[in-house]
Amino acid sequence: MAYYKASKDPTKDLRERLYVPELLRGLGITARHFFRNLFGTRDTNLEVVDRKGLSLVSTVQYPEEKPIYPEGYRGLHRLVPREDGKPRCVACYMCATICPAQCIYIEAGEYDSAAPEAESRVIEKYPTKFVIDELRCVVCGLCVEACPKDAIRMDTGTHAKSAYVRAGFALDIYDETGKPELLRGPAVSHPSDPWNRRDGSEAPAHPIKEAHTRLGEGDVRYTREGHGHGHGQTPALPASGHKVEIDTSKQIPVTKFIKQ
Amino acid sequence: MNTFDDYDPNPPETDELEAHLQTKRMVVNLGPSHPAMHGTVRMRVELEGETIISADPEIGFLHRGFQKSCENVTWTQCLPYTDRLNYVSAIMNNFGFLKAVEKLLGIEIPERAKWIRVLASELHRMQDHLTCVGAIGLELGGFAPFLYGIQGRELIMDRVSELCGARLTTAYGRIGGLNRDLPEGWKEKCLKSLDKIRELCVEIDGLLTKNRIFVDRMRGTGVISAEDAIDFGFTGPCLRACGVNFDLRKAKPYWVYDQIDFDVPVGENGDNYDRYLMRIEELKQSDRIIRQCLEKMPEGPVMVDDWRVAFPPKSEVYGTIEGVIAQFKLVMEGVQVPAGELYDATEASNGELGWYIVSDGGGRPYKVHVRAPGFPILSGVPRIIEGKMLADLIPTFDTINMIGGEVEQ
Ligand code: SF4
Ligand code: SF4
Repeated sequence: MAYYKASKDPTKDLRERLYVPELLRGLGITARHFFRNLFGTRDTNLEVVDRKGLSLVSTVQYPEEKPIYPEGYRGLHRLVPREDGKPRCVACYMCATICPAQCIYIEAGEYDSAAPEAESRVIEKYPTKFVIDELRCVVCGLCVEACPKDAIRMDTGTHAKSAYVRAGFALDIYDETGKPELLRGPAVSHPSDPWNRRDGSEAPAHPIKEAHTRLGEGDVRYTREGHGHGHGQTPALPASGHKVEIDTSKQIPVTKFIKQ
Repeated sequence: MNTFDDYDPNPPETDELEAHLQTKRMVVNLGPSHPAMHGTVRMRVELEGETIISADPEIGFLHRGFQKSCENVTWTQCLPYTDRLNYVSAIMNNFGFLKAVEKLLGIEIPERAKWIRVLASELHRMQDHLTCVGAIGLELGGFAPFLYGIQGRELIMDRVSELCGARLTTAYGRIGGLNRDLPEGWKEKCLKSLDKIRELCVEIDGLLTKNRIFVDRMRGTGVISAEDAIDFGFTGPCLRACGVNFDLRKAKPYWVYDQIDFDVPVGENGDNYDRYLMRIEELKQSDRIIRQCLEKMPEGPVMVDDWRVAFPPKSEVYGTIEGVIAQFKLVMEGVQVPAGELYDATEASNGELGWYIVSDGGGRPYKVHVRAPGFPILSGVPRIIEGKMLADLIPTFDTINMIGGEVEQ
């Protein structure tokens, strides 16, 4: 039975033609809600689906109660600091390139090689300006995914603050007073970071989980043994029947990237 | 018709009571900012008394240049734009677009990704139908069904935001699979929400389906014959309400719809009441599909393992030069889609959501055209409504469930 007839003609139904029974049934439904809500106390569990008790009210009284943002919710951006408080960002422009709203503006600078903070010299480039126009941002999360340094995240669980002028939504690393603006939140460190490598040490093989936690993914069930370099030669993926078929007989044309 | 020319300022006294009321055609603008015109559509209605002589839907107030915008960005960057087409069921737009691109690429996505895509699509189909049914109730004077519908929709939005990180603009899925797997503990929450939504649906059903006032306003109004519906290009619940059994999920199963046991409701009268019933029934069927998905979903990766399509795993990006280069190439050049063109369609909540995409072999679309299901349906409204009463326009406009975002692109 792939398709079934679903149209009804309630006007032929005696119960319906009597008018009153259905009227009372409808009244019953609304009355049930009314009295349960009137006499029951509202469960204030923020996870609305878990609410129990007599009352059927499922609202969250906003300014007093704030709904929980799930893990991995795309909120306001932050530039992830390193443990020494500097941004992890290396000004590679990947986020600015992939941003469909073109709302990230970066100006790169170079650490002075003679600078005393020797650790900063492990990476030479850093952003002197990193502005996100939160009004243009479409909150798609592509920048987070594109960043090769885990330097930008949207895990703050907040929104852009309101402002009276448009410029108030263009957030920089530091605001005019020098207070960190985009640069906030807990520092993040990966074993693969250059400043964490010691002489002669190999980059440790990370479980894939490390990469996924920043998106707030929990249910990652598969890990990869070893590193697979190159295109699709990685062993040890469970045989789930997926295959990749791309015609490689012809040369794959390359488009030039032009930033309009 | 009387005109002012033959208006006699001093009518013979004897005739006054028997004389016809002087009528004159009147043009009424419904919308663009009218709560009953979903989205911003302007309907220019010519009335004679309460009878509609002609109706002329005018679209474009929400035009954003979707198709042209897509030509300036890479295939991946189009994805957030597709959220804004049918904003009540954004995930279906995401996946429809991705499916078309993947077909042109010639890649098969992993099994688990297919199941999750079906699951998420059906969640959003429920969301769309709940909104539609609730709005019908609201606009025909019953506020309670609207509240219950929105309550159900809110539960779905909560689950969706856990799934993809946003309530409305989902941007879920990537070319080659999905960007995220199901979060931990999501299945149980989803099942709990489904139970709750089922209860709410029973209540909406109880309030509306047999309510005499509701039935009298819905049955036999807004009728369109099956032939007309096909000629206009109706698809989805609006077509099936006319008795045509056409559903892409059955006619041309994609992803794993052929492995799922579900039925498709078909009506017979093509009136507002049948269109409403289709949605109520489809809610039950979607519920069935989601439960099966949650049960049968296999384990495994959710993204193809090909670095020309998918970003390498972050451990590779952070730690190895190959990973970084693959990542940079994907970001800067986009996924290289082989030159060619194709039309591909999925069954979205309001009908066939078709994508005609052309690639010149580069990282950016040469052309993206979207066949929005609401567009042909909206164009059929004048045919449905002309010669009928003004009061029928509102239920008709509700049940066709036109979404401004996708019609006006
Ligand atoms: S979330 Fe999307 S729109 Fe916003 S800055 Fe990141 S890439 Fe740009
Ligand atoms: S935030 Fe990440 S992607 Fe953006 S410039 Fe910095 S390192 Fe590159």
